[in-house]
Amino acid sequence: MAADDRFTEDFREAREEELLGTISEVVTGPVSDWSTDFSHLEPEWSADPYKIQDDLRQRCPVAHTDRFGGAWLPTRYEDIAAIAYDTERFSSRAIILSNFRPPRELAPIGGSPPISSDPPFHHDARKLLLPAFTKAAVNRQEPATRAFCHSLIDALEGQDVVDAASDYAQHIPVRVIADMLGFPPQDGPQFRVFVEDLLEGINLPPDERIERVSRLFDYLLVQVHDHIDSPRDDLTTYLLNVELYGQKLGPDHVVGTMALLLIAGIDTTWSAIGASLWHLAKTPADRERLIAEPALLPTAMEEFLRAYAPVTMARLVREDMHWHGVDMKADDWILLSFPAANRDPAQFDRAAEVVIDRQVNRHAAFGLGIHRCVGSHLARMELRVALEVWLQRIGDFTLADPSAVTWSKGQIRGPRTLPLRIR
Amino acid sequence: MKVHIDPGRCQGHGRCYDLADDLFGADDEGYGQVLGDGTVPAGKEHDARLAVLNCPEHAIELLEEG
Repeated sequence: MAADDRFTEDFREAREEELLGTISEVVTGPVSDWSTDFSHLEPEWSADPYKIQDDLRQRCPVAHTDRFGGAWLPTRYEDIAAIAYDTERFSSRAIILSNFRPPRELAPIGGSPPISSDPPFHHDARKLLLPAFTKAAVNRQEPATRAFCHSLIDALEGQDVVDAASDYAQHIPVRVIADMLGFPPQDGPQFRVFVEDLLEGINLPPDERIERVSRLFDYLLVQVHDHIDSPRDDLTTYLLNVELYGQKLGPDHVVGTMALLLIAGIDTTWSAIGASLWHLAKTPADRERLIAEPALLPTAMEEFLRAYAPVTMARLVREDMHWHGVDMKADDWILLSFPAANRDPAQFDRAAEVVIDRQVNRHAAFGLGIHRCVGSHLARMELRVALEVWLQRIGDFTLADPSAVTWSKGQIRGPRTLPLRIR
Repeated sequence: MKVHIDPGRCQGHGRCYDLADDLFGADDEGYGQVLGDGTVPAGKEHDARLAVLNCPEHAIELLEEG
């Protein structure tokens, strides 16, 4: 077998040089006015972003902040959809809003294709991933996922109060994505650290943030070399071998996509499972109805995804422009809040309520347009199986201490501590 | 009554084949496909409407015929 010489030290150095972009001043502390100084990293937002978003939608539907070097927050469904569809004027070359803007030359590929890619490259990079994430393909993971959920419940035996976020929800996507990428299942605890570093460490000093991100890439390179030495039937080997435009993928593309699949698949699904259990723990009528009518679960799940959509994306404005009443500057961030879109009363009846038998539910939890979450079918399978097994095995559960529930901060929203009384 | 998917709008959310698997399927990349010629059999009109109303991309059309 010919040696794969794509992943050398030179590649690491080239990658680090690419990280040269624009760094803005880190600004933290209480928000003075959410319409002119918003920050999704402050505790008030983590505690209840919906109250803030609902208020902004009424009085300032495209809010601004000088933090992060300048960012906009639209809260109307219509505006969020318009941005998601407008890949000409809004670039995806960075999708995590931070104090660091990658250089423009990083487009159209971006650091983690295809989520960070713009057309026309985006389409070709995404096409490589789609077959592995169809509903039929991910349903092949269902029996193993179900067995794993049962084993997690078995391990709760004898406890009256359990942490449904850290003892249950978290482990499910970690195991599924480790299996798909062909990473050792015992590395799961490390993945949580990578996720926190990338998604929650936004306001760390830039050097420290770069240091943390490079830990993830060190890990991925170990996996790459392991798969080069012993190829197997998994997504890592697939990415190492697949061709685009007649040649194998560049090393940045391979490792960037691995990072995407690892990070994007974990926090998001963990959050969706946790938020659904949180809702059911505090809403006995919905819990009892789902136990009595298990066939309603797929409909209820869509409502949990609407009301507690875990994912907010980001975009960068390409050129100065007047847009929907505001003056945007090139390289301004957009915080693209699908959760805010999903609670717009102009789009949804009873938008602020959780209606588990909602029949018409055109929610945007998985995004809109060309960047529709590639893992949406996988996420839905995991969420459905996780809730089915929990409801079958635990059934009756309540919040052990509502004030002890904690939520993630940043662009992915879900419970990180969720003590539930299960007997 | 017939259903039709606009391939220019479909992004593969799969709501149509989740909600109405007698009328829609997925291609190898997960994009929605109308099964057969899209004619909605008697009794499946409700499913067809559900699929239309739940497509996040507004990609499905219902063609009412005389």
